[in-house]
Amino acid sequence: MTSYVAQRLFGLVPVLFGISVVIFLGMKLIPGDVARALLGPMGTAESLAQLRGALGLDQPLHMQYAKWLWRALHGDLGLSPIVHQPVVELLLPKFGNTLILAGASFVLAATAGIAAGVLAAARERTAIDRVTMSASLVVGNMPPFWLGLVLIVVFAIDLRWLPSLGMYSTRGAGGLADLLSHLVLPAVTTAAAPGAIIARMTRASVLEILGHEYIMVARAKGLAERVVISAHALRVAWPPIVTIAGLQLGYLLGGAVFTEEVFGWPGLGRQLVSSVIARDVQVVQGAALFIALSFVVVNLVVDLLNLYLDPRARPA
Amino acid sequence: MATVLAMEGTRPLSRRGAGRFTAFLRAFIRDRQALAGLVIVAIAGGAAAAAPLISAWDPLKSVEVDRLSPPGTPGYLLGTDEQGRDILSRLIWGGRISLLVGIVPTVAAGLVALFLGLVAGYREGMLDHLIMRVLDVFFAFPLVLLAIAIVGVIGPGVGNQMFALAVVLVPYSTRVVRTATLSVKHLEFIEAVRALGAGNGRVLWRHLVPNVLPPLLVYTSTLVGLMIVASSGLSFLGLGVQPPTPDWGVMVGSGRLVIYRAAHVATIPGVIIVVVALGFNFIGDGLREALDPRARQ
Repeated sequence: MTSYVAQRLFGLVPVLFGISVVIFLGMKLIPGDVARALLGPMGTAESLAQLRGALGLDQPLHMQYAKWLWRALHGDLGLSPIVHQPVVELLLPKFGNTLILAGASFVLAATAGIAAGVLAAARERTAIDRVTMSASLVVGNMPPFWLGLVLIVVFAIDLRWLPSLGMYSTRGAGGLADLLSHLVLPAVTTAAAPGAIIARMTRASVLEILGHEYIMVARAKGLAERVVISAHALRVAWPPIVTIAGLQLGYLLGGAVFTEEVFGWPGLGRQLVSSVIARDVQVVQGAALFIALSFVVVNLVVDLLNLYLDPRARPA
Repeated sequence: MATVLAMEGTRPLSRRGAGRFTAFLRAFIRDRQALAGLVIVAIAGGAAAAAPLISAWDPLKSVEVDRLSPPGTPGYLLGTDEQGRDILSRLIWGGRISLLVGIVPTVAAGLVALFLGLVAGYREGMLDHLIMRVLDVFFAFPLVLLAIAIVGVIGPGVGNQMFALAVVLVPYSTRVVRTATLSVKHLEFIEAVRALGAGNGRVLWRHLVPNVLPPLLVYTSTLVGLMIVASSGLSFLGLGVQPPTPDWGVMVGSGRLVIYRAAHVATIPGVIIVVVALGFNFIGDGLREALDPRARQ
């Protein structure tokens, strides 16, 4: 077990190395460099050469990479030439805001998705099953940016139940209640498509287990269907469900970009988009690194969680 | 897997092959959901192709006095947008670019993946290891975010949008091709073909490609719906198709600015995106079931 965990952690090294190379080289592909961006159009050839020397841009590529990596490992991702702020300082609070949104959406997607999937499987081939699965099909194909707008029209404009913009009210004390009321619509928007996928996968996974002989035995013993499903089927169905749900986290981070844009949520995705439009490559690079690292961590956690849930997956 | 059973010397469309094809067609058409998907996509594609003939208005022509007319206004079946342009005409013309931006990257990625996956699966060893480890790195980025970051590096625009979406799909499709290649290449009939003296090129082209194509086709068809949603998303963010070009994602994006006054401008194009994406998914599911002889029975 420990050795497996160690092996899994060790396997991350090449992936992390690859990520850093891809992100570093991606930066180098764009025409013009950081020095030009920092100096702007007024920079003379002389000052440009001077700044390039100071930033180490006149050195060979592998030296530049080594320096960049060394600084990144020490939490220094450079300076944004557009907003004139250290990239890490700019991104950290935004990353926190995205985590709040992604966390809430994930909880919502997982609980609603698993509940709907189990219900549909337990009531296979009934109206409940058909309605849940058709709904999940439609919801799963909804573009998050559009769903967000529809929710704004219904719940913010027509019904006036919930706010449509930002994380906190501009007037008012803020606090948890304020945050939660601002969180509802964005979280539902982000959770919709991943929740629909989780529902379909959960249904398939539970149905497969329900076909096993030991379930027939449990039913033959006269156990209530509720017990058969919760105590017998679900216990075995968990690992694939956890894997699928974990995979959705990445999807959820992608969807969160649109949600953040539509609801003005000050997160990493919104920053990424505005930096892309402003061609602030330094920040794009930093954001890509943040996103890739969190994705890698999520995958690791899902793997380890599965190991804990499913004794069969553990190496002997 | 049916095609796997093909013996050396039978051409893909021999009598047996033709029989399989009709069986597949029959299964596909009998599938009501797949047929519905086909009808949806045919209507969307047909309308886009016939845009100059069927659209009542020039999609770029704005009529100042008719701005934000609600759906059902005489002359404007689905109303007008913030610049007084007919929404229905823009949807019809928009289908041209929206469908293209969804389909082209998927097909392009499929072709690249076919090459990479075949090479990786057939050669195995170091080359396989190298290709797959490089692609593994791309799995560390959520698909849409990677596309946004790529556009961030190469700049916004339709061409770059399609390129970025194609790049992010390659790793996924390559995995499918490689897995299929590995499962076929160790079968006995490949060994038999080799014993008969077939070279690598012949084995790859005549025997592996026909067997690897069906799973790739099924996978690719399910991706088109996803790509239509993703590409409209990039255009919505201002990173893909640029206004005033009519595109479904662009229409949602510009309609968003008037959402407090006229919700229909942003919501109607979104409904079209959902319906067309569903149509492609229905087709993908239908293909999968029709190509799987076990599901067919």
